[in-house]
Amino acid sequence: MPSALPLGDPAPPDGLLPGQALEGAADRAFGLYVHIPFCAVRCGYCDFNTYTATELGGGASQDAYAGTAVAEVDFAGRVLRASGLPERRLSTVFFGGGTPTLLPAGDLARILAAAIDTWGLEPGAEVTTEANPDSVTPESLQVLADAGFTRVSFGMQSAVPHVLKVLDRTHTPSRVPQVVEWARDAGLAVSLDLIYGTPGESLEDWRYSLETALSYGPDHISAYALIVEDGTKLAAQIRRGEVPGIDDDDHAAKYELADELITAAGLGWYEVSNWARTPEQACRHNLAYWRGDDWWGIGPGAHSHVGGVRWWNVKHPTAYAARLGSHVSPAAGRETLDAETRNVERVMLEARLVTGLAIPSLGGLGDTGRHAVAGLIADGLVDPGEAFKGRLVLTLKGRLLADAVVRRILPD
Amino acid sequence: MSPMARTAPVPAATDPALIRNFCIIAHIDHGKSTLADRMLQYTGVVQSRDMKAQYLDRMDIERERGITIKSQAVRMPWELDGTSFALNMIDTPGHVDFTYEVSRSLAACEGAVLLVDAAQGIEAQTLANLYLAMENNLTIIPVLNKIDLPAAQPEKYAAELASLIGGDPDDVLRVSGKTGMGVEVLLDKIVRDLPAPTGDPDAPARAMIFDSVYDTYRGVVTYVRVVDGMLHPRERIQMMSTRATHELLEIGVSSPEPTPSKGLGVGEVGYLITGVKDVRLSKVGDTVTNLAKPATESLPGYADAKPMVFSGLYPLDGTDYPVLRDALEKLMLNDAALVYEPETSAALGFGFRVGFLGLLHLEITRERLEREYKLDLISTAPNVEYEVTLEDTKVVHVTNPSEYPTGKVAEVREPMVSATILAPNEFVGAIMELCQSRRGVMGGMDYLSEDRVEIRYRLPLAEIVFDFFDILKSKTRGYGSLDWKADGDQVADLVKVDIMLQGEQVDAFSAITHRDKAYAYGVMMTGKLRELIPRQQFEVPIQAAIGSRIIARESIRAIRKDVLAKCYGGDITRKRKLLEKQKEGKKRMKMVGRVEVPQEAFIAALTTEESKDKAKK
Repeated sequence: MPSALPLGDPAPPDGLLPGQALEGAADRAFGLYVHIPFCAVRCGYCDFNTYTATELGGGASQDAYAGTAVAEVDFAGRVLRASGLPERRLSTVFFGGGTPTLLPAGDLARILAAAIDTWGLEPGAEVTTEANPDSVTPESLQVLADAGFTRVSFGMQSAVPHVLKVLDRTHTPSRVPQVVEWARDAGLAVSLDLIYGTPGESLEDWRYSLETALSYGPDHISAYALIVEDGTKLAAQIRRGEVPGIDDDDHAAKYELADELITAAGLGWYEVSNWARTPEQACRHNLAYWRGDDWWGIGPGAHSHVGGVRWWNVKHPTAYAARLGSHVSPAAGRETLDAETRNVERVMLEARLVTGLAIPSLGGLGDTGRHAVAGLIADGLVDPGEAFKGRLVLTLKGRLLADAVVRRILPD
Repeated sequence: MSPMARTAPVPAATDPALIRNFCIIAHIDHGKSTLADRMLQYTGVVQSRDMKAQYLDRMDIERERGITIKSQAVRMPWELDGTSFALNMIDTPGHVDFTYEVSRSLAACEGAVLLVDAAQGIEAQTLANLYLAMENNLTIIPVLNKIDLPAAQPEKYAAELASLIGGDPDDVLRVSGKTGMGVEVLLDKIVRDLPAPTGDPDAPARAMIFDSVYDTYRGVVTYVRVVDGMLHPRERIQMMSTRATHELLEIGVSSPEPTPSKGLGVGEVGYLITGVKDVRLSKVGDTVTNLAKPATESLPGYADAKPMVFSGLYPLDGTDYPVLRDALEKLMLNDAALVYEPETSAALGFGFRVGFLGLLHLEITRERLEREYKLDLISTAPNVEYEVTLEDTKVVHVTNPSEYPTGKVAEVREPMVSATILAPNEFVGAIMELCQSRRGVMGGMDYLSEDRVEIRYRLPLAEIVFDFFDILKSKTRGYGSLDWKADGDQVADLVKVDIMLQGEQVDAFSAITHRDKAYAYGVMMTGKLRELIPRQQFEVPIQAAIGSRIIARESIRAIRKDVLAKCYGGDITRKRKLLEKQKEGKKRMKMVGRVEVPQEAFIAALTTEESKDKAKK
């Protein structure tokens, strides 16, 4: 069962945004997220809002989905305009899922074309799609590149068969170098997504996955610790003792190994779970989340944020398609953040970045924030040199304890 | 069979010869309250339709636990052979902690019904109270209850009772409070066998207080037994121990609702209302006299209630401190045995050191505070009062380990008890082993019947206040029962064990133990804390020490990972809610130096395994 949506205020049927969302909008980047809620197989660890092909029909079916998504793009264009937001071109577009590449490349191209038609692209805009190594061909990747995609992020997860099996991933490891090469040939930048800490994965397994991934020379690597979410098949397997549980110390050791090997390969961290070959190759769409930029999320269960207003769409693709079919906002709920909450979010999100937090800005949090810094330096969680220059940047140890650091900075 | 009395004797005008004062001595679940209810019904003071199960147990906790904490007295008419008598049933507290109150209730009676469950036989507390009654020269009527139960063994236990009080097993009455069987015969026997009270009606008034209850609407209600003379409404009375004087606003009898009367005469039992608000002004055991014509000598047996067991009570939420203070003030109005003073703990914040008569008194008080005042409390491990003599001959009384003097100690004295344990003889070995391990010295052993024994031990009170009774119960498969009374003190080789987190002493976990047990305590507590305290961002050493000498050590490894790797596709709201939840959790932490200790860890560390099991039931 997909994870629950947050509780918020009801969203208005017309989707119009309050005046607060307009403040400073011209200075913020604007991005688009497109959720593709389909997967060939439901992975045992995944709690994202996704469905297998046979689960859905009607306007929510895989075949009709591009049309439904385009309808929300049109709706988004109208709402932003009617709410009085300035015309902004898209800085970033990100297709995620699910498995976006389960849709024909032409469908993805069609949705992107509608977005470009509505907002236009900034020069040098970043357009990414996630992809499963199973579900791309040289031809499909070329179609995407021709349509304007600049980047593909492959869900490699691991190079070790028994680990992939626990994760329910269906691709064979040997396919990864192949798809990386096809993507390169099509002119796309390549990111590899890895997962560590899968039950049964040894430190050596993880080292092998890292070394294998790095040997393909990716521009970008994301390495996420496996989180066992309530309600997933994996959670049930662990509860029943069929697979071993998750150990935070194991996660920590693997994170440290990842940072060591990825850094040695010439990539640098820019966010707790992300490394890029050059700062320019960092995923700008991802950064937009952490920096509090504006983005519209297309698709069932997708989240959006514009100037301190956050909202999220209804989760079920059928309900989602029905809303758009009757020209009603697909939003299920939203929240308008006050200044204090925005500040809390800013600390929570920016602390994860290599650019860190401006220490003088912690003054707004009362004494807790600034006083905490000395202790954080003493505990080896914050880089003293950067702190001296006025920025709170996490050390390797600090990245592993980022949530604890945030709690120490924020007032009680 | 006697009919219900047609004309009840009138209070203040009843010939003492027509009065019978009695109490029921019974173990907690032997059916005393059910039998009492049945008597109320058969004598007509409570109509059947108004019958609330166990009418006399007023408080919810009493009803739930099936025990009587506070006694009451009820006047019931009963007719025998054409004469109407007034029966005063004085309900006694049924637990070991309230021995003194029991003794005063007994002193107000001429006789006692010894009520024993026909399926279980006599228990230690009942036996202790029986001895107390016999010392007071009360006439004993032995009764077996619950004879309707299939497991009842009336022959066996009748023989046991007969051998205890001397007499014929055939004279032991057999009743069922549940069905009412034999209850009328018992009422007749009370009238026939118990002596009538005697006293001098013309002497200055003397009445003994055997209970004192605070009532929100009426103030303190004082229950008395008049020995000499007479008390009247509107008179000024005097408490002989405190010399305090009050006006008698109301005087009357309970039947069972309070009914004002023109007074109370020799041998009568009833209540007084003076408008005072604190039970301490109306002490159990004290003598009430008439101010205008005072008695010269008070009745014997008065003693101040002395707390034996001390524990720190702290609100989980520090802002509840004023609520706890007010709640204790209110409870104190109704509980003369409760004493407390403010106390500060570095680990637990502001709270109170509270003195209790015993462990049950502690548990009941805590439960009432939590239930009636909606408080969440942490109580520290119960302590006894030690007398510490320093080398400079200064003497310090210690009820809290953190007050243990740091200077050179010449001698420590600890309070002792003499304990009586009754159990089937197959458990003698296990009981002796337990008592021996608690530094007990055996006083003797007697067979009550072929297979039941009475074992007497002298033990340090400190050894029985924590988990002794729970262990006794489990070692005797529930058959063992315990009674104890204070029995002087002794010099002992005691030390204070401190527990430190990252070098910071946690006062709530300090304990005074026998030197031989200090190591075991240190190992147990450091081990427990290692399990209970979550990992921190740094390594936390846990040490147990006597003075500066470390006797046990554990360590909590530093947490290495506390970060959520993914961002849930832009669902920042979810991440923020998680943070808010974590911050809420942090608020519920108590800081010991830099170490965050969850309140649950304090509770769990201060709880024994056995009492945890009990809480689950």
